[in-house]
Formats: sequence, structure tokens, C-alpha cells
Amino acid sequence: MSGQGYQGKKNIPRITSDRLLIKGAIIVNDDQSFCADIYMEDGHIKQIGENLIVPGGVKTIDAHGRMLMPGGIDVHTRFQMPDRGMTSVDDFYQGTRAALAGGTTMIIDHVVPEPGVSLLSAFEQWREWADSKSCCDYSLHVDITEWHKGVQEEMEALVKDHGVNSFLVYLAYKGVFQLADSQVYEVFSVIRDLGAIAQVHAENGDIVAEEQRRILEQGITGPEGHVLSRPEEVEAEAINRSVTVANQTNCPLYVTKVMSKSAADVIAQARKKGTVVYGEPITASLGTDGSHYWSKNWAKAAAFITSPPLSPDPTTPDYLSSLLSCGDLQVTGSAHCTFNTAQRAVGKDDFTLIPEGTNGTEERMSLIWDKCVVTGKMDENQFVAVTSTNAAKIFNLYPRKGRIAVGSDADLVLWDPDVTKIISAKSHNSNVEYNIFEGVEVRGAPLVVISQGKIVLEEGNLHTTEGCGRFVGRKPFSDYVYKRIKARSRLAELRGVPRGLYDGPVCEVSVTPKTMTPASSAKSSPAKQAVAGAQPVRNLHQSGFSLSGAQVDDNLPRRNTQRIVEPPGGRANITSLG
Amino acid sequence: LVWIGESDIPNKCDRLLVKGGRIVNDDQSFYADIYMEDGVIKQIGDNLIVPGGIKTVEANGKMVIPGGIDIHTHFQMPYRGTTTVDDFSQGSKAALAGGTTMIVDHVIPEPGNSLIEAFEQWRSWADEKTCCDYSLHVDITHWNDSVKQEVDTLLKEKGVNSFQVYMAYKDFYQMSNSELYEIFTFLGEMGGIVQVHAENGEIIAEEQARMLEMGITGPEGHVLSRPEELEAEAVFRAITIASQTNCPLYVTRVMSKSAADIISQARKKGNVVFGEPITASLGTDGTHYWSKNWAKAASFVTSPPLSPDPTTPDYLNTLLASGDLNVTGSAHCTFSVAQKAIGKDDFTQIPEGVNGVEERMSLIWDKAVTTGKMDENMFVAVTSTNAAKILNLYPRKGRVSVGSDADLVIWDSDAVRTITAKTHNSAAEFNVFEGMELRGAPSVVICQGKLVLEDGNLHAIPGVGRFIPCTPFPDFAYKRIKARKQLAVLRAVPRGMYDGPVSDFSPMSRGGTPSASARTSPTKQPVRNLHHSAFSLAGNPAQRGELQQPFDLPICLPIPYRRSQINNSSTGIVYV
Repeated sequence: MSGQGYQGKKNIPRITSDRLLIKGAIIVNDDQSFCADIYMEDGHIKQIGENLIVPGGVKTIDAHGRMLMPGGIDVHTRFQMPDRGMTSVDDFYQGTRAALAGGTTMIIDHVVPEPGVSLLSAFEQWREWADSKSCCDYSLHVDITEWHKGVQEEMEALVKDHGVNSFLVYLAYKGVFQLADSQVYEVFSVIRDLGAIAQVHAENGDIVAEEQRRILEQGITGPEGHVLSRPEEVEAEAINRSVTVANQTNCPLYVTKVMSKSAADVIAQARKKGTVVYGEPITASLGTDGSHYWSKNWAKAAAFITSPPLSPDPTTPDYLSSLLSCGDLQVTGSAHCTFNTAQRAVGKDDFTLIPEGTNGTEERMSLIWDKCVVTGKMDENQFVAVTSTNAAKIFNLYPRKGRIAVGSDADLVLWDPDVTKIISAKSHNSNVEYNIFEGVEVRGAPLVVISQGKIVLEEGNLHTTEGCGRFVGRKPFSDYVYKRIKARSRLAELRGVPRGLYDGPVCEVSVTPKTMTPASSAKSSPAKQAVAGAQPVRNLHQSGFSLSGAQVDDNLPRRNTQRIVEPPGGRANITSLG
Repeated sequence: LVWIGESDIPNKCDRLLVKGGRIVNDDQSFYADIYMEDGVIKQIGDNLIVPGGIKTVEANGKMVIPGGIDIHTHFQMPYRGTTTVDDFSQGSKAALAGGTTMIVDHVIPEPGNSLIEAFEQWRSWADEKTCCDYSLHVDITHWNDSVKQEVDTLLKEKGVNSFQVYMAYKDFYQMSNSELYEIFTFLGEMGGIVQVHAENGEIIAEEQARMLEMGITGPEGHVLSRPEELEAEAVFRAITIASQTNCPLYVTRVMSKSAADIISQARKKGNVVFGEPITASLGTDGTHYWSKNWAKAASFVTSPPLSPDPTTPDYLNTLLASGDLNVTGSAHCTFSVAQKAIGKDDFTQIPEGVNGVEERMSLIWDKAVTTGKMDENMFVAVTSTNAAKILNLYPRKGRVSVGSDADLVIWDSDAVRTITAKTHNSAAEFNVFEGMELRGAPSVVICQGKLVLEDGNLHAIPGVGRFIPCTPFPDFAYKRIKARKQLAVLRAVPRGMYDGPVSDFSPMSRGGTPSASARTSPTKQPVRNLHHSAFSLAGNPAQRGELQQPFDLPICLPIPYRRSQINNSSTGIVYV
């Protein structure tokens, strides 16, 4: 529990005199809530309890019985993201400021290497951007945008030396980022061996490409074409496929951006069947819907463009928040990736060119509180789980992040469940002109935000320091995920049936290979070892029915068939009587 | 009624009366006599007035059912220079012996070869040897514009209305998703039925390589490298594409519970999809792949494989009885042990296929009717009528009625026989149902108005089988497809031109993808017409503005609907 040497380069905050006492709070973790005082020093929580003995003269905040929670973790951001020479308008400074303003004290951003660029150099580039600008702790996912042997080596290096334990593959963006099923299989095998998490952007890119062309041919060029060409079935299909590959490779799966009911259903069903899969709805899919793509205002319609798209079914947000509450979906991100109207207008005559992404890092916590806690779908403990703790567990940051405990990082939020505010682009902390939640009234907001033991939000004022955010490295083989995976690997040994050599006649065949195919891709994937593979559920060698020798139905009147069973192929070729 | 067909008129003197039978169609059963002439049913009723001196068969109250239609066979299939051991003569004899009076075989053109040439080749083989009527499916093993032309010709001129595509057999038969999309689109417009061999070939190839690396070379490697999840995945994907392209889908060889579940779920969601379990998946399971006897284990090799879960046959029979699965075939494709032994050191080389054309009717009767899962009418539906409807041959085939073909079976529901390779009519040495005791068998089989099975004797004549052409747009599938097409018109939102600032960007493509493949695919119609559905899409800001009123509603509304769309108030910049 206590600070056992956490990874992270700049481990010690710059000002060592940071001491803070919060009195009279209800401490809310994902498992319980209790009243206590909390004392922190040097960015860590040092004491929790009543009547704490603390140095004199420390700054004290009186919580007046309000809830104190672990700061939010936004598992999915794309700050400062390059797209065709443009950059999303919220860089790491602006983006993390918005995050902190909303009660999020850590973000995990996506490194998107252009195909052809090395993963490591892209990773270093993102590190550099974030280290110089980020105002809160951060970590990085790395996206696999192409697949060959070199990529595998870089993934190993990233896991072993650079604190990355999650990689995203794309099933969409045909001809750019999209990987084929056999490549996905190989990537998942590598990821499992490294002990990382496979993230997937799930949409069937082949079908999307066909639909895009069809929609454009029909003369539909506006933002409504975006959602028409990416129906939710295509999202659900891709999730089903990635669940299948993950099962096959015994690799943990994490579905980013769950946007539709059918997609969420596929995840829920797979979990019921025992698959290790996690689903991430985002602020946008929990808070709004895709009816806006039909807005007569082009700029507004374009502001909602993201992939998979928001569902035109207006009951979707409610459905997703229900699944989030019952545990079928586990984590929430924002997929915050903002482009202003002039940038969106690159696609004014062709919706396929509109840069994709919506805002949500600032609104995430309040929106979930409003949709789920205020409505009684979840309690405050579950709220902490889906906004912070589960993310920390999946990505192996727990209990440093995601929990209020002695030794954990002093990233805290004092939550005010009664305050209401109206979301508006006029008052938000993002640089973007449109806010997709414009006019939504939400109840529940952070009153005080503490990041790295320092107060960054108080009385509505943000006190952020550009560049003070630390990169938090993440180790592989997160217990939360890999305990089950490891157990399954042990079960999944396969053995051949010991048989005598077949010595009967063998038919001559022409040389042309037919029907069956040899190994799929030229690239050898060393990842595939004997360990994992078949579902743990079925170990045929140990199950009830005997597989070798005696047959289940041997007791049936099959005895009279001895003559045929005996000599394998003993009877001569009875080909064609006709 | 005038039927098309080549050698349309059988022997003039073929007149036959079946007396005292209980006629069983898919909708009802009733007692009546049947008089047939020239291969066609002429009269049905009591006290028929018929010419004197005709042959009469006494049914003695037994059931008279439409002859079975085996919708999936691979007779005389070429395989790497050899041929399956049952040719069209041997195969159709076995079919007749089991009460099946029509088969539908698959034409498999080598990739790169002409579909029409392959079709003509199969026609000549079948015309020469078949003992019962037949039709042909054509498999699409590669795809380009000339194949498309050929498919068009086959549909319009050659009497083929169903085409199979493969999602497995990577680098050989396998189609990519975009090719599937184009094929489905095309067939959906031309009125064809898309059949799909559903397995994820990409993953299978990876798994096969892994098994072989681990030193597993025997038949058990076949099933280990093709787990049922891969079948279910492909079925799911095919359904997604079919739904996207508004094309009816037919899944051949439903072998596992999960695959069947996906089909029944899709049907509940309204997809036009049909599932075909085969004799083998309804009658036996994949435990035999672990048999110590290599030849026996190899005889069960087929794809998708039989499920190692021994409760699968029962499950599939239940779904067949409930109507979630609709038709049954045999996928009869038999190789000798010596042929199977091509893969004795490498399971991926074992030729695939099992027997089942002769056993199909009895097996379903035994597993589904004697157990009370289905009645005899449903039995007729899944063994004959539904297939006829899908092939657009109904009511010529698949029904006992005046004007229909005289393909009939007098069914003896009490007969019991034991399946064995010693007595079966196939040329294969192994029978995958070896030793099974089945209740229910044909006592008389009438094909083209002639008695071909009577008192246990088979009088099948090779070459009398006629090719029965199938026409496109079968009502059974296309009534719904057509209705959906009318609904599925998409319209753009009329907007003024955007005339605000536009960022500079490098034209290097990203995000939005250009068109998939070079080949053009003509228009397809989606299923969902968003413009007509209940929720308003053509944003009406005024109305949404009104929704802002109930902000101060008490929290007693647990479902936070009230706010879901209130995000319209204008921001600083508005481009109209």
C-alpha cells in the first residue's frame, strides 16, 4: 500500500514544502465511504484518520462533510493531435487545464505514429510535448498503425523501458491505420506475451469505406453522411470480431469509444461468456446523441463528428449509462480531440475529410454524476470506480492512482453534489468554438481539485502550472487483468493424440496446393507459443467425455462395425461405383 | 401450370395412384388419394376417377410427404486431381434410398476459371448420371467485373439463383469484406440468394500454423484450429454485411451452438437470414476427432468442423424445430480413406467432407419428430418445403398438390434401421453415423411419377434426372427485401454553403478513407431509413428549445431523458 517505489521520472514534486490538511470530509473510494481527515505532504497522502498529528501551520481546508474522492482519470485523450498538417486546438496545456477544471487529475493520451514512423520516436515526440505543457500527471497509450517485425521489437522496448502497457489497434480507417484480422491476431499475441492491454478502435473499415463511397455517390456530402456511412451494426460487428480474436489469443481486450447500444450489448454478452473485455463509453456517447448530424447549421453538425459516430438513437446515452452503472461497461474517457470550425471545414464538401473528435474532458465527471448518480443508477462509490479506480486498475496504476489511501498520490477532488451549472462554449476551458454539450445543465461539480498535493482549483479559480505534469510509467501484467489470463494460459495446453502411423494406401495428388492454406503471413510471429489459445472453458483432454480411444457411443450397437474400424484404410479403394 | 425444364416430359405411360395415404404438407395433414400422370400430380381427393388398369400403391394410412430436397451436396467433386467417391449416380441413388428426390449441388470453379464453363461442366456430369431432379448453386471463388457478368448471365439465363461465397480458405477461395460487400450488393439487386461458408479464414490460418508448430498433425488439429467462435464470428460479420446491403443471406453448414445462436438472434432483430444445419451436425459430434483410429478420425473432417460439444446436435435440432434454423442439407462430400490419407502427416491436407445424403430424412425424423420437438408438418418444411421456397421452386417442388411434380415419399414412421457402411448406398468406407439406430424411413419413394424405391429395392436410372432451373427473386426472401428497399431512400440535409474560414491542410490522406476497391459497385440500399423513423433527425432547433423548460423538474424522473437533447443554444459563431 505505501509508496513502494513507483515508476515515473520526476518523482518528487518541485516544491517539497507542499503540506495540506483536509478536515471533516467523507472519503469516497470505490468500495466504501467514511468520515476522516486527510494529511498530505510532498504530493503523497501521509495520514488518514481522526485527530491527526500534523506539523503546525499547514494549510487546512474544511470540507464541511462533503465528499472527497480520488481525482478522475481520463483514460482517453488526444491533445495536440496532428492531423494532415493541422493540430487539434487543445494542446497539452489547454487540455489538461480543462481536465483539472472538471475534476480529472490524470489523463492518458494516445500516441498516434504516422504509418512508417517508428513507435519509439513518436512516443518520444509525445513525451516532449506533454512534459513541457501538461499541468497534471499523464501517461500514454501507443497506437499500432502498421504491423511488421520492427514494430514488435519497439513494442517490447516500450513495455520494458518506457512504461507503456497498452496499445491500440484500428479495425477502421482502411488504407491508413487499419490492420487485417491476421495482423490483429499477431498483435494480440505479442501484447499478451508482453502483459499489456489490447485496445481496439472497433468499426469495420471495409464496410465503412464502401458505404462512404455509396453515400457520396448519392450526393450526400454533409455531416449526416458520416453517421449514415458508419451505422452501429458496423461497430458491433468489429467488436464481435475483436472479442473472437482476443479469445483465440487469450489476450485482454479493451474497447475504446463505445458509442452505440449494439456495441455495448456485444461487450456485455462477451463478458457473460467469460471473455476478459472492458468497454469505454465516452463523455459524448453518455451525454448526447447523433441527431445533431442533421442540424441545418453545418458548423454545428460538423462539431459532432467523431468515430464511431454518436448514435442517432436518442435513447442511447441513457442505455449506456445504465450499462456503466451495472458494471457491463467499466471505464470512461472523453476521447477529447477538438478541432475548430475552420479546421472542420476542410471537409465542407466531403464529410469523409472532416477531422474527427469531440470535446469532453472537462465535462466527463459532472456529466456522469448528473446522468448516473443523480438519477439513482449508481452510488458515489461506483462513480469513483468508473471515473477513476477501474482505469487505475486496468492500466496498473492502482493504488497509486484511483484510491484515497496512505501512500497514494495526493490527487483529490472535493465534490459538490448540489451545484448546478450550464455547459457552454462561452465558459468552458477548451479552445474550441463549439461545445457538443452546449446548454446542458448538469448537477454536481468539483469544488476543490488537488493535483500532486497542490490546490489547482479553488473557489472557481484555476491555478495550474504548465509543465508540472509527470509522466507516470505503467508496468505490464496488471493484476486486475492478468490474474485470469495467466490462469487460462496454464489450462490451455494442447496435446496431440498418440496414434500409430497410418500405413494404408495414400491417394496420389496433383501438386497444386488446394483448399488448405499454409501459414498465413510471411512475417513470422514468434509470439505464438504453446501457452495460450483455446478457451479455458474447454480442455478437451480433461473433460468428462473421453477423447482418445473409447468413444462415448462405443456402447451403442456399433460393435458390428469392427470390421470397418479395424484396419485404417485397410479396405481397398472403393472409389466410384458409378 | 407450365413448368420450364429441359427433358420435361417423362414416359407417357407413367400413371400411378397412391391410395389411402395421409398427405402431409408443411401446413396441414389430411387423408386423400393421389393420382399422377406424366410425372405431375393430376388429382388429389377421395374416389378419384382414374383410367383403368393403372398401377396402384396402397399407403395403408401411412404418411405421404413431398420428397426431400437436399439443398447441399458435393457429388463428383474434383479435388486436387482426384474426385469424391460418390459421383452423381452413386450420390443420387443414396439420396433416393433415403427419401430425397431432389438434390442441389455446388459448382466450384477453380479461382480464375470461368463460372459458366464450370457450370456447364457440372451440368454435363449431372445430366449424364443423376437419378433424380437436381439444381445447382454456383460458388464465387474469385471476384471481378467479368465474374459479375457471368453471375448476371447465370441468374438471368442459366437458372441459378444462389451463389456461395467463402469467408475461409485464405489465399484461395476467401473473399475480403469489401468483396463480400460488393457481391452482396450485386446479388441483392439481381434477386439472388447469397450463401456463405462462414469461418474466419485469417484466424484459422494463424491457428493452423500454431497447431502444426506445436506438433499436432492429426485430425484433432482440424477442430482445434477451427474453434466454433470463428464460425460464429464469421456468421456475425456476414449478417452485418447482408443487413448493410439489404441482401438475403443463407448460411450453409451451421455446425455449432454459437453459430446457430447468432442466426437466431439476427432473425429476432429482423434480418433476412436462413440457417442450414447438415445431417452431420444434427446427428453426431466432434469427439471422434480424438479417435485413436486415424482413418475414423479423418472421416469426420469437414469445415466448419463438428463441434466437440456432444450436446450440439440436440441443440441444433431444437432450433430447427423452433424455426430459428430453416433448411437442412447433407453437405455430402465423401472421400475414401486413401484420399483422406493425403493428409496423414498434416491435418490441413485432409480432404474435407462427410456423408449424409441418405441418412438426412431418417435422422431428422428420429432426432426431432420421435422426440416430440417437431410435428410431421414441420418435418416436411425443414426437409423439403422451405428449400423449395428459397430456391423459388415452390409449389412445383416441396408440396403435395395438383400440378406439383410427382416426387413423393410414403413414410414409415415405425421402421427402425441401423446405419452402417456395410449397407449404405454411398461408396465411402466410413459412415459418420455408423451404428446409429434410427426410427423412421421411406417405405416407397416416387420420383418423377415413377416408383424408385419399393419393398427395399432401389430402381434408380442414371441420367433421368432433369436440371430444374431456379428463378431470381424468390418471394420467400424477397418480399421483405423489396419492402425495405422502398423505405431506404437517403436524403441529404439541405444547407446553405459553408463560407467561413477553412484551415490549410496537407492533402495526405488520413482519417476519412477513399473508396475501398478499384471496382465500382453500383448502388445499394440500406435497411434503415432514418428520415422516416420516429425520432426527429432534421434538427428542429425551435422545438428542442422548448424542451429546455423542464430544467427545474424534480429529480423524481429517474430516466434523465428530459435533458438528452438540450444542447442547442447558439455559441458565438454560427455559420449558416
